[in-house]
Amino acid sequence: MPLLDIRDLHVAFPSGRREVEALRGVDLTLERGERLGVVGESGAGKSMLAFAILDLIAPPGRITAGSIFFDGRDILRLPEPAIRDIRGNRISMIFQDPMMTLNPVLTIGTQMIETLRAHRDISKAAARRLSVERLKQVSIPSAESRIDAYPHELSGGLRQRVVIAIALLTEPEIIIADEPTTALDVTIQAEIMALILRLCRENNVGLILITHDLGVVAEVTERLMIMYAGLCVEAGPTRRLIDAPAHPYTRGLLGALPQKARRGARLDQIPGSMPPITALPSGCAYHPRCPLATARCAAEAPAFRAGVACHHAERAESRA
Amino acid sequence: MSAPILTTEGLEMRFALPTHFLSREKPVLHALNGVSIAIAEGESFCVVGESGCGKTTLGRAIMGLLKPSAGSIHFRGQRIDGMDEAARKPIRAQMQMVFQNPYASLNPRRTVFDTLSEPLRHLQPGLGRAELRERIEAVLAATGCDPSWLRKLPHEFSGGQRQRIAIARALVTNPAFIVADEPISALDVSIQAQTLNLMTDLQAERGLTYMFITHDLSVVEHFATRVAVMYLGRVMELAPVEAIFRAPRHPYTQLLLSAIPRLEGGSFAQTAAPGELPDPVNMPPGCPFAPRCPKAQARCRADRPDLRDVTGTAVACHFPA
Repeated sequence: MPLLDIRDLHVAFPSGRREVEALRGVDLTLERGERLGVVGESGAGKSMLAFAILDLIAPPGRITAGSIFFDGRDILRLPEPAIRDIRGNRISMIFQDPMMTLNPVLTIGTQMIETLRAHRDISKAAARRLSVERLKQVSIPSAESRIDAYPHELSGGLRQRVVIAIALLTEPEIIIADEPTTALDVTIQAEIMALILRLCRENNVGLILITHDLGVVAEVTERLMIMYAGLCVEAGPTRRLIDAPAHPYTRGLLGALPQKARRGARLDQIPGSMPPITALPSGCAYHPRCPLATARCAAEAPAFRAGVACHHAERAESRA
Repeated sequence: MSAPILTTEGLEMRFALPTHFLSREKPVLHALNGVSIAIAEGESFCVVGESGCGKTTLGRAIMGLLKPSAGSIHFRGQRIDGMDEAARKPIRAQMQMVFQNPYASLNPRRTVFDTLSEPLRHLQPGLGRAELRERIEAVLAATGCDPSWLRKLPHEFSGGQRQRIAIARALVTNPAFIVADEPISALDVSIQAQTLNLMTDLQAERGLTYMFITHDLSVVEHFATRVAVMYLGRVMELAPVEAIFRAPRHPYTQLLLSAIPRLEGGSFAQTAAPGELPDPVNMPPGCPFAPRCPKAQARCRADRPDLRDVTGTAVACHFPA
């Protein structure tokens, strides 16, 4: 049984007199210690998925259907105290902006000790010792003194390391990282991603890495899920998806990367842009941009079968 | 190399920081420390570096949006830094800029027509109404914008469409030289490719010269003809793009290249020691990269290496590869 098992998840927001769906039936599974990448462009619903797992969808948005099984129990049907035992404890989150996690007026030590004591019966001194230990684990130089620093006294890269240290405090089973390195410089990104990868491996922690960057997921994850307009359009082993993508959107995304193109040549661009959730096209939401689209694609949404949601997956593969 | 369209020589930019009310010290941030580059006609010259390296300051100084503290800037042989506004006007039409954030660079209260006509009205006031309209329609067609957009406001467009409009605004005066500061960083992957293709096509049609400022090396690899790698206000390496990617000579260039996430994987497997940037207000003597450099020796910490030849391949390092 997978550690996390999400089935047919729907999230909706009111828009005028009706509701529009930000997630339109998403399935996701994560085994213990597995690293999954969730890739999509802005508006695809990938952050919404992360918020839903932690039951953090802000009203008036709401989960309208589906189930989220964590360790055999459906989070959506648990009382609030039981959810608190999971959220921030057994499942941790790393946000894009470290200042979303860190309180600017408290020292790092205060925040780490508070986090620990919220979830565990532990003395202040012991909590402090453990916090220093975790800061060392994320390679923060002179951790014994840095623990008394305020967030603004640290560089962006160090702040994100502190956030990772906080995420690790409670020894979670899953870490959800939402664009954890997008705000950082390239060399710092490489350091932080290498750190996340090492810590997940060493502690057998599962990772859900949400990003728009296919290069980053190729480096870090074992399995990949491609999202478009509130749906998962393709899922499978990272290597296979990158080497032999079946969905035309996955192929389009990969083709648009400058890495793959000949120097100075035009890139294979996808025409148009992702539709807003308030105005989704009929049938397959990707059909207005798809080079393989036929009348059937405009009429009928494809079912998700054998890892891909496309009427023409075979044709896409044969053109690969 | 053909005659340069733009050169900078020993460009310095210092910013005075606010003083602490109890302190006599006047802290000064050195954003540019003697930057000398020469961009040839028709090039796609890429300036690459991490935040705080001075790449945006360099672009803004060249465009005359910041006044350099020392050094000189020449455009087609004419010295343009320190020119007064009246003398600069005809040159402004030939040099234009595209900014990173198309949500901030377009005035939300102005229609596309107003946005596109502004540079023409200001720089070529002799233009008649019909001519103005003709020029604007031509540039819309060239940048793949629909004529129906003219009466619309920026909020009616997506990020990619806004960046098209910003490119159209830069092109409306028929410039020869464009400074593009991270023009695709705020866009989604599929829209990045559209925008890069548009810039490639426009260059082929109009013989444009680009100075492309970016932090993204995979874009540099695809787009650039020559590359300047900057670190803390200095050019560390200057070379044709093939040389930079095939045989990077500066240890900082090597670090940057090894950090690119690759579809083949493997970049994040080996990690360099976490490095800290020195404080740009109190710069240590010697090479600014020395504190992070795996090859650094005593000489690197005492004596600053200079970049010599700026036309071909050059590297500011005592121990280049």
